[in-house]
Amino acid sequence: MQTFIVNAKKYSFLIQQLVSRDIKLKYRRSYMGYIWTLLEPLLTMIVLCFVFSQLKGKSDRLFPLYVLTGKLIYTFFSGATKSAMKSIQNNSAMLRKVNVPKIIYPLTTIFSNFIFFLLSLLVLILVAIVLQAPVSFITFFSFVPIVLIFFMSTGVGLILATLEVFFRDMQYLWNVALTMIMYTCAIFYDVSLVVENGYDWVLRLNPVYMVILLLRQSVIPSSVEVFHWHTLGLTALFSFALFFLGIYVFQKNQDKFIFYV
Amino acid sequence: MENDIAVRVNNVSMTFNLSTERVDNFKEFVIRRLQGKLQYETFHALNHISIEIKKGERVGILGLNGAGKSTLLKIIAGVMKPTEGTVELDGDLVPLLELGAGFDKQYTGSENIYLYGAMLGYSKALIDEKYTQIVRFARLKKFMDIPIKNYSSGMRARLGFAIATIMEPDILILDEVLAVGDARFRRKCIRKLRKMFDKGTTVLFVSHSIEQIRKVCNRAILLENGQIIADGDTDTVIRVYQKEIDIDEDDNDNDSSQLPIP
Repeated sequence: MQTFIVNAKKYSFLIQQLVSRDIKLKYRRSYMGYIWTLLEPLLTMIVLCFVFSQLKGKSDRLFPLYVLTGKLIYTFFSGATKSAMKSIQNNSAMLRKVNVPKIIYPLTTIFSNFIFFLLSLLVLILVAIVLQAPVSFITFFSFVPIVLIFFMSTGVGLILATLEVFFRDMQYLWNVALTMIMYTCAIFYDVSLVVENGYDWVLRLNPVYMVILLLRQSVIPSSVEVFHWHTLGLTALFSFALFFLGIYVFQKNQDKFIFYV
Repeated sequence: MENDIAVRVNNVSMTFNLSTERVDNFKEFVIRRLQGKLQYETFHALNHISIEIKKGERVGILGLNGAGKSTLLKIIAGVMKPTEGTVELDGDLVPLLELGAGFDKQYTGSENIYLYGAMLGYSKALIDEKYTQIVRFARLKKFMDIPIKNYSSGMRARLGFAIATIMEPDILILDEVLAVGDARFRRKCIRKLRKMFDKGTTVLFVSHSIEQIRKVCNRAILLENGQIIADGDTDTVIRVYQKEIDIDEDDNDNDSSQLPIP
């Protein structure tokens, strides 16, 4: 842990350079640039609301927030894990030349995804204000799921980054897994139907859905099931377990990367 | 470590597992594991190597293809971890390998100076200070705001060389880099390197050109099959190396004489 902090200091300029590269290059040569970070989720939200509002019943004024919370969390999770998975390949030329802690490559790309995610939360705040969503003290706990999804994505990203070095077809498998995760995230459909049919355990097996549920419970408590402590406890436990497992798996295998990149 | 030693290689061995058939996808791995067909052949790239390099020594590493030269350099540079043994360094090390590889192609020249500098461990203040010097050395002032993907390979190599050498590291690793750029830039590189040599930079140099080794180095090491078979002053080792080459040529001659003439 101490070497971790020493390294973070020593390599802070490199970390900053790599994060800013990701951020700068994402929208380079696009006319509207960073505005897309806000515009993209907003447009998707409008489309999804337009298409799926029937399912939830038009009565729910807060449905856009329901869609947006799911979409933003899922987008961060899939974006961060995918780019972390490719990070070792993408930096292979550097990896073969310079001896820096290899964990910097996946971590920095997760950081830059997280920065975009935090920016896109502005849309959530904006829409909440426009729809006059009720604010209570619970609303201020919405940072908890945001922190949890960061640790969860980092853990999963590090495991995938390690696997991808040895097995190039990991990215295709992960795309399939992501599709499954997306449909069990209940981004645009109401969970009550699933609960009535007794299939809600499928959703509960998906840790990303649990994070989305926690965020919804703090932003739009009236539209979702009531909060239980064990939901939070299990999700937190799972996130941190994945985080430390990810670091362990990555560190244990990193010396072998050079033979495969 | 004593004060006058720059690089110490202690009993380093490197063993590779060469899988008999390349398995790089998950499906194949699972199938072969289940069938018990996952076999490896071990290959000893380096076999208990120990070297001490004094500060200011310029060591040429000679050897035929596959002798373990590049593996040794990678281990000293720290990008590869040896199976056995340790490497100790005294001073900053900059590897001049594959110049220009490792730039971000979408990034402009000036952005790449900072990124590459950060990779080599320079601070922002240091790069700020040396920025104009780097650009002037690479003669790329007009191209600094253009993405690297539009550079020619020679321009990339110039920029790579300029960034890597501007801080004048204590230990320099050269792997066949003197073959880049046009003749004029090559001469400039050699001048720059000479200046660093005069200041006492320790150099590890891999080249197949005996001429270059003779010009640059004041000590040479000959590797064969992962072992040091000669170590000493340049001329003596080069003589041994030339004998090696001649033996191989004889072998080849024998082989070809046995071929049926079409």
